[in-house]
Amino acid sequence: MRRRLPLLLLGLLLAGPTLAADYAPLPGGTFASVLPADGKTAPAILKRFHLRTEPVTNAEFHAFVKSHPAWRRDRVPSVFADGRYLSQWAAPDTLGPTALPRQPVTQVSWFAAQAYCESEHARLPTWYEWEYAAAADATRADARSDPAWRERVLAWYGRPSNDALPAIGGTRDVHGVRDLNGLVWEWVEDFNAMMTSADSREQDGADKLKFCGAGAISMEQKENYATLMRVAMLSSLKATDTTANLGFRCARSD
Amino acid sequence: MKRLLLLLALCLAGTAHAASPLPTDSLYQLAVPLTDQDGHSAPLATRRGTPQIVSMFYTSCTMVCPMIIDTMKATRHAAGEPAQLGLLAVSFDPERDNVDALRRYAAGHKLDMRYWTLARTQPQDTRALAALLGVQYRKLPDGDFNHSSTLLLLDGEGRIVARSSIIGRTDPEFVAAVRKLAGS
Repeated sequence: MRRRLPLLLLGLLLAGPTLAADYAPLPGGTFASVLPADGKTAPAILKRFHLRTEPVTNAEFHAFVKSHPAWRRDRVPSVFADGRYLSQWAAPDTLGPTALPRQPVTQVSWFAAQAYCESEHARLPTWYEWEYAAAADATRADARSDPAWRERVLAWYGRPSNDALPAIGGTRDVHGVRDLNGLVWEWVEDFNAMMTSADSREQDGADKLKFCGAGAISMEQKENYATLMRVAMLSSLKATDTTANLGFRCARSD
Repeated sequence: MKRLLLLLALCLAGTAHAASPLPTDSLYQLAVPLTDQDGHSAPLATRRGTPQIVSMFYTSCTMVCPMIIDTMKATRHAAGEPAQLGLLAVSFDPERDNVDALRRYAAGHKLDMRYWTLARTQPQDTRALAALLGVQYRKLPDGDFNHSSTLLLLDGEGRIVARSSIIGRTDPEFVAAVRKLAGS
């Protein structure tokens, strides 16, 4: 009841999922993350989940904004998105030439991404879910120990960030998921759980009061620069931030 | 829970403030329900009208959290114990911090419940509330949490007026902001 009443008031009952997006099942299990679960060595433990096979596109986010006008760039409260939210669109309700329908949507805040995922009865993936999924290639669930995989993932980061974003359409990985690496940065649900110190050698140092408990966590697998860059970028964000290279996809718990 | 989809629910649902929309930079735009140490549930936005000092904590934390609570207490004292000032601490740990745990903590720390509220959210809402407050936290495998320690001062409309990460003693600038806002 608590949920339905505001739904009724907003007239949203007719506005269900905007498009039927594809979600692929991922088996989960034990995963050696670059962020040890205990800040030291413990692996992440992942339950089975479903992940959206593609990042959310401009066309999909446009449909969402039309059915949920509170998320238009001219109406969204500033407490949920910064001033550049959807600024690549020609108008609050028009994509225009600088936002092609099949490009991943960017310039979206964490709050907007989370709201979109809720409209697909989903949520943002956790960092562990995202990192686990992104470790796959076309034939292996975990290709990270292959120098060629690392090289390929890393190469994208060297591309100038002011180039136009490619459209979605990378090769599908072993799970049927595409474009985790090599297209955009992606929000995760727990972006504000990274807590890495700028210099991880300081993890047991003077800043104890800033991070209660075990202090800032350390990053492992120093050879996996590309993933570590993701962590560093995500941990620097505020939930209202938007950037030209930051999009998202959604996940569902099984 | 569809908190974010329903972010405007409060404005439309007809509260005492229905006539005046919330400012666009008000934290009360987030339609997150809180349950307090007496088991009462109410949206965060029902705190509208009274300035608040807000932070996050969890009751089984032995290191910094008691200092967060003590710092909030000391800040109110240093600001001249204004009558119109709420103190709100929300748990990172809704799984363990049920209403009983919050009530025991309030009693154990001799909190003056005329001003204090200890609260929990639904587990799926805790991350969004922390994101709103700019607080970082991470659950560890042993059930403890890493977290940043931040005190926020909100005006009656739920806008952030001041922020401090000084814990263990009062922050003079933050105290001055409280004094100026809550007046005493």
